[in-house]
Amino acid sequence: MSTIGSAATAAVVRRSLTGTRPDIAGRIFQVLLLLSLLFSLAVLGVLLLDVLRRALPVFQERPVDFFTSPLSSNPANAGIVQGLLGTLALVVLVPVLSFPLGIATAVYLEEYAGDSRLTRFISVNIRNLAGVPSVVYGLLGLTIFVGLFRALGFDTARNLWAAALTLGVLVLPIVIITSAEALRAVPNAIREAGYGVGASRWEVTRKLVLPAATSGSLTGTVLALARALGETAPLLLIGAIVGGFSTPAGGSVLDFMSGPYTALPVTIFQWSKLPQEEFRSLAAAAILVLLAVTLFANAVAIMLRNRYDPSS
Amino acid sequence: MAQANQAVPLAIALRGSDARRRRESIVHSVLLAGGLLSIAISALIVYTLLVEAAKFVALVDLSKLVAFGWFPRRGMFDIATLVLGTLMVTGIALVVAAPIGLGSAIFLSEYASPRVRRLVKPVLEILAGIPSIVFGFFALTVINPDIVQRLIPTAPGFNIMAASIAVGILTIPLVASVAEDAMRAVPRALREASYGLGARRLTTSLRIVFPAAISGIMAALILAASRAIGETMVVALAAGATGGGERSVNPLEPGQTMTAAMASLAIGSDQVRGASAAFPSLFFIGLLLFLITLLLNLVGEAFVRRTRQRY
Repeated sequence: MSTIGSAATAAVVRRSLTGTRPDIAGRIFQVLLLLSLLFSLAVLGVLLLDVLRRALPVFQERPVDFFTSPLSSNPANAGIVQGLLGTLALVVLVPVLSFPLGIATAVYLEEYAGDSRLTRFISVNIRNLAGVPSVVYGLLGLTIFVGLFRALGFDTARNLWAAALTLGVLVLPIVIITSAEALRAVPNAIREAGYGVGASRWEVTRKLVLPAATSGSLTGTVLALARALGETAPLLLIGAIVGGFSTPAGGSVLDFMSGPYTALPVTIFQWSKLPQEEFRSLAAAAILVLLAVTLFANAVAIMLRNRYDPSS
Repeated sequence: MAQANQAVPLAIALRGSDARRRRESIVHSVLLAGGLLSIAISALIVYTLLVEAAKFVALVDLSKLVAFGWFPRRGMFDIATLVLGTLMVTGIALVVAAPIGLGSAIFLSEYASPRVRRLVKPVLEILAGIPSIVFGFFALTVINPDIVQRLIPTAPGFNIMAASIAVGILTIPLVASVAEDAMRAVPRALREASYGLGARRLTTSLRIVFPAAISGIMAALILAASRAIGETMVVALAAGATGGGERSVNPLEPGQTMTAAMASLAIGSDQVRGASAAFPSLFFIGLLLFLITLLLNLVGEAFVRRTRQRY
């Protein structure tokens, strides 16, 4: 019983639904959005290419020498050994100082404390600490930690211990926030099963909740470590050396830790600021080494995560 | 009564051994100490900043806080120079980061298929993971010679503009991720209603999803501003003006921000230490910086919470 009228209506409706009118504004908008995303990709590409282009000749000409030479005002002799050792020492010390404390705080907030006024104050406080500019942590480190070593009578109060403590405090809020998120993601059924068989709160936390949260909290904490490795401003404030210094040869690890120091980001800063092109190339090479150390830390995190991930 | 007599030994039996309970309470106090430590750190930050900033105020003739520039070693502490520098950097950085970050967020939330998202998000995460000192190097070696100086040939080798663009790039991932979270939190029903009325994707994105997520988008911009204000190394490296700078509002000149002034003071702090008010001035700027970023972060957090509560 279809009439010509309804067929015509159907055609009109179909045409406006399937869109015979091209949606030009929509297309332009979509292209603009895509371009904004591609911008980040392009920046990343250009940045890496620029660094590689400058760094490669350095690695070709001085494959070993660059890693084993100390800082020098002559670009042909200058190397990163002091910065690299400083950064590697921080890779070990910052996690040792900040991870246990950060995870303990996260466990307290998520597993032990109820929703009290104190707990809420602590969490707001931690979120705000995470937003404090890193240079302000440098001021804290300068007064508290460098001051402490000066009071203890160290010859060099501006030493690696002070740097590790400062960076440890700097990443603490990030460690706490990411670990707390990982703990929150552990299903409550696991806890209830533990309590059901008569386990105490600590037994439930240690044997059930923490293992289930390991993979999540490891990922977060290593991201925090990567951030600590790239930090420059607090190190400048607490007295990492900008300029040359001599590390006494044959000293013990403890001598090294309590002497003057620098770290890779500080070395990069120092070299980038100099006008000579040669130093810019050295800075680019040091950037590649820093990115490699950071990537390595990330790779270790992914490996650990896969190992502890109960679902894999 | 008989029932109650039975219940007491049962409750004691369920409490477990004394050693076990002692361990529980020790663990509890250790963990609580961890939580309290974060409060102690905040208190220490505020305390050290206040004490040294007070020394600065006591040492310095307050008329020295208004001069024609920031030259701490000559006793000229024009705070306005630094605040203007910081405002310029933050403003230009947001001009770069807001459209690009929000555009990326709309694309990821409204247009991209799950597969494209999985491919693209790591790019933003890698960008977020690159140390800021590397962006400072990038500003010096690429942004300034290839963009700023090509457009404005008179621009010097160190200037605020190149540094600000790099700071903007640095904050793109932050804007994108906070804004994307906000837009994805907008319920599907709103989009479906919009499509049901015959709206295009463009209209749905801009007229429905964007306004519904406006709190989160504001939060993204405020947090990005706070990040830009606190960013130190890009400006210290690429904006030049080591040691001091004249008050200026021209982004094509070398300049100082609050953070960069702190870094450049600190590099020479051994010479500065004994002398004058230059060393305590570090803490005065630090206090100012701390208060500004704290305020912005609190406002940003409040906006984020509003998004969460509405749906």
